[in-house]
Amino acid sequence: MDKAKRCKWLIALSLLMSSSLAFADWSALNMRQGVTEISQEVYGLHMIMFWVCVVIGVLVFGTMIISMLMHRKSLGVKPATFHDNTTIEIAWTIVPIIILVVLAIPATTTLTKMYDTGDTEMDIEVRGLQWKWQYTYLNDDPSKEISFISSMITPQEEIYNRAPKRENYLLDVDNELVIPIDTRIRFLITSGDVIHSWWVPDFALKKDAIPGFIHELWTIVDTPGTYRGKCTELCGPYHGFMPVVVRAVEKDEYAAWLLEQQAEAEKVFEIVGKQWSEEELMVEGEEVYLRACASCHQVNGRGLPPAFPSLVGQGLAVGPIEDHIDIVLNGKPGSAMQSFSKQLNAAEIAAVITYERKSWGNQAESVQPKEIFEMLEAQ
Amino acid sequence: MNESKQLDSAKRGAAKLVLVVVGMFGFGFALVPLYDIICDVTGLNGKTSGKYVSEQSLKIDEERTVTIQFLANNNAGMPWEFRPVSRSLEVTPGELNATEFFVRNPAKSSITGQAVPSVTPFRAAKYLHKTECFCFEQQQLASGETLQMPLRFIIDSEMPKDITKLTLSYTLYDITEQVSGDLAAD
Amino acid sequence: MSAVIEEHHHDDHHHGPAKGIMRWVFTTNHKDIGTLYLWFSFAMFLLGGSFALVIRAELFQPGLQIVEPEFFNQMTTMHGLIMVFGAVMPAFVGLANWLVPMMIGAPDMALPRMNNYSFWILPFAFTMLASTLLMEGGGPNFGWTFYAPLSTEQGPPSTTFFIFAVHLMGISSIMGSINVIVTILNLRAPGLTLMQMPLFVWTWLITAFLLIAVMPVLAGVVTMMLMDIHFGTAFFNAGGGGDPVLFQHVFWFFGHPEVYIMILPAFGVVSAIIPTFARKRLFGYASMVYATSSIAFLSFIVWAHHMFTVGMPLAGELYFMYATMLIAIPTGVKVFNWVATMWQGAMTFETPMLFAIAFVILFTIGGLSGLMLAIGPADFQYHDTYFVVAHFHYVLVPGSVFSIMAAVYYWLPKWTGNMYDEALGKLHFWLSFVGINVLFFPQHFVGLAGMPRRVPDYNLQFADYNMVSSVGAFLFGFSQLLFLFIVIKCVRGGVKATDQVWEGAHGLEWTIPSPAPYHTFTTPPDLKDISEAHG
Repeated sequence: MDKAKRCKWLIALSLLMSSSLAFADWSALNMRQGVTEISQEVYGLHMIMFWVCVVIGVLVFGTMIISMLMHRKSLGVKPATFHDNTTIEIAWTIVPIIILVVLAIPATTTLTKMYDTGDTEMDIEVRGLQWKWQYTYLNDDPSKEISFISSMITPQEEIYNRAPKRENYLLDVDNELVIPIDTRIRFLITSGDVIHSWWVPDFALKKDAIPGFIHELWTIVDTPGTYRGKCTELCGPYHGFMPVVVRAVEKDEYAAWLLEQQAEAEKVFEIVGKQWSEEELMVEGEEVYLRACASCHQVNGRGLPPAFPSLVGQGLAVGPIEDHIDIVLNGKPGSAMQSFSKQLNAAEIAAVITYERKSWGNQAESVQPKEIFEMLEAQ
Repeated sequence: MNESKQLDSAKRGAAKLVLVVVGMFGFGFALVPLYDIICDVTGLNGKTSGKYVSEQSLKIDEERTVTIQFLANNNAGMPWEFRPVSRSLEVTPGELNATEFFVRNPAKSSITGQAVPSVTPFRAAKYLHKTECFCFEQQQLASGETLQMPLRFIIDSEMPKDITKLTLSYTLYDITEQVSGDLAAD
Repeated sequence: MSAVIEEHHHDDHHHGPAKGIMRWVFTTNHKDIGTLYLWFSFAMFLLGGSFALVIRAELFQPGLQIVEPEFFNQMTTMHGLIMVFGAVMPAFVGLANWLVPMMIGAPDMALPRMNNYSFWILPFAFTMLASTLLMEGGGPNFGWTFYAPLSTEQGPPSTTFFIFAVHLMGISSIMGSINVIVTILNLRAPGLTLMQMPLFVWTWLITAFLLIAVMPVLAGVVTMMLMDIHFGTAFFNAGGGGDPVLFQHVFWFFGHPEVYIMILPAFGVVSAIIPTFARKRLFGYASMVYATSSIAFLSFIVWAHHMFTVGMPLAGELYFMYATMLIAIPTGVKVFNWVATMWQGAMTFETPMLFAIAFVILFTIGGLSGLMLAIGPADFQYHDTYFVVAHFHYVLVPGSVFSIMAAVYYWLPKWTGNMYDEALGKLHFWLSFVGINVLFFPQHFVGLAGMPRRVPDYNLQFADYNMVSSVGAFLFGFSQLLFLFIVIKCVRGGVKATDQVWEGAHGLEWTIPSPAPYHTFTTPPDLKDISEAHG
């Protein structure tokens, strides 16, 4: 109790000191205070350390400067001859020890709080992948579990200076991690490839995501808002393009968002999760084919070679199914064939691939939506 | 005379230092088992130990229950479908529990997998005793094959009371290449 | 250049140096080898520096302008490796070669043949390392810390050459250290006790022990990598029963002492220069020796403070935090001792003194930010940001590198027999001093505000400070060409230096003629006024 009080006092002191310098725009230069109790404490620790360092610096450098001004040969001084002094040497060993012990107390308190493993109200798995994050809101009912990938959406044009850079350059993602405020949340951090590090400065949360290992972090966010961070462990060429964006919202807003996501997840779970019969796939596939493919590959599948290859009795539609799936999901660079992984859902993709492989006399194997879904997840 | 004596002792000194160097090179490698031992003892890094064989039955702590949560993930390049049959269980410390993990190999070829366990909070790792775990061995699944993989475990009643929830995570690695490499080497 | 350096030896006694290039290839003379090390390290300093300028040029503005992210990563990796292993370490070995025998009154290093080998390994090692940039798939791109699994599973094909290069550098350093240790322990002039040795000799003795303790561990970790990559072992692959975190533990078990390897000899240099120009004996000689030893000891038990975010149990985290904070105490003692040495001296401010004073101030700034980094909870916010980059560059550039420059200016008249151009030296100092602070000080701010390290591009809010930082980088970088010019000018001629060179200089190396003859102390010196020897 006493320790906690002292810690708060120190934080208050440091906040006071920093606010006295408010005329400078500290926020652009300094650590973020953040929006959790822990992040405030960390900021407090940082400021205490900073001022301790400033004081030490002023004393040491001040002494040096005075010495450099007064004790120069050009002033005709004679050098003194002392070269040790046990008392002073003991003093400047003991005094730093005392300072360090005093500093260690609040640091230990805060660290212990960070390691608190008490009950949490929700658990989110954070998985680092080259070069995006996968978030899964764990739920005992698998049909209600939400999982999505969050990747940067800053366009190449901005990165390569062909378009003006917008405000959140390199810090915008397609799917933000949405969390409720005033809720104790546990993040379970892992990785699917190399080591990443998940960092949200405003929560003072940073933990390495290590393949094969699980780590945990917890937080309670006080204030709604959008908080941005970055991957902080070198994870390959696009390490710099792996932002973390968390949107903290009021509890009821979160509940509404969750219901919406869950409804969607349930729908996908139902559609994708069930075993589709070949007839179902063919019916759905024809519909999708006419909508998305026929304008190039033609209704009869014969295409308009050479620009739009025929799908009948040759090529990908009767070749290995992996290649066929790959081109539909990812497109073919340098051609008009685009990626459909974002435009069509897993069921639609499975259906249209099955349709192409079994129409116009083609007799290749079919694919289930679930398989496509897993491939999309793994991407 | 004196000079050559000095040189002799310098050479002897150098020889001793070479031994130190060789020793430190060995020490670098010794850090590997040493690290495993430290992990075993302290639960550093959330490593769970191997198969648990109890000499006597563990004390059951009826006073409380603990939630254990299961995660299943694939490492890069592993195409299997892999998930826990239940996301979490509420268990009584000291009692034997069982659950299963589902795997399916959707790929066109046979693949060998190895699951790697990890526990958080780390402090809990040494209180999680697995009497049976699919992670103790490799799994080989033919194309399209599915499997319900068993896990039996006991949470030690000695586990600190402030741990109310722990997470057991498995990461599945495709080790087909390593296994075939081993065979080739044999 | 070799022809130039030969010139000043023409008046040596009968068994002077051989002529031509073969003198350098086969030399076993500690002064020749010291010269080779120093020139080699300067070449590496320029090479590593040019990589740094590529990095700073790309970071001059947000967006990708000059290089692709993949090549950017190769640049950060090679910059780190070359500066640590190619520039700073060989420079200190070069200084040790030149100075340790002269300071302890020995005729040469104890094992001269091995001395020759340990130098000549380096050009091969670094040619191999640098040539990886031209190989298919590019050079190492995983950072100088080469964390697994990025390096073991996704490294370019040239990783194997990187590993061999590290092995070679390691062998070179180990041979060099063994030589230093046996020289200091066996070849001291009769009557010169350990506690009478100059601090540069002391710090190098301790550094050499650190080197033979940890370079083999580095060799071990890269050997494990090699085996993981080529022989199917799984030291660092969790899927095969290994552990990527183990890599970090083993690496930093080497890596933290390595940091002190790069700074302890710098302490020795500064402890020689400040007393000379303050005309006053070093304050607290004994406590300097004990502080250096404590720092060396502590360096073995704090390694995981580089890994606070890797996920350690609370007890581990606390232990490494406390142990790291302890380092502040012996380090503080050293700084206070230097200040006390200056206090009530009669100072003059020649170039070596300017660099030494800048060293004390800027190294202290780096030390203080290190103290901030030691605080575990705060480190979570600092870790792997530019704050860390600013911290270790403050310790290494105005720390190690400034001390090397100070040493060169200080002993150059002894080596060449000529005074360097003082005005140009001061100009070089001020350009470097301003450049370095413009370069690294703003990085504290962008780091605190959230810019991660090792990124080729950044958010708009960091743009101003990065631009300032890049300007500083170019100023500092190009100032070093002036340094090159000053050294060459001094080697070619100039005002003749006296034997003592500096009014306040004490120690055996100042009792021999300037330039130092090719062979010195072939008969041990008379130590009648030994109390002066560590002046």
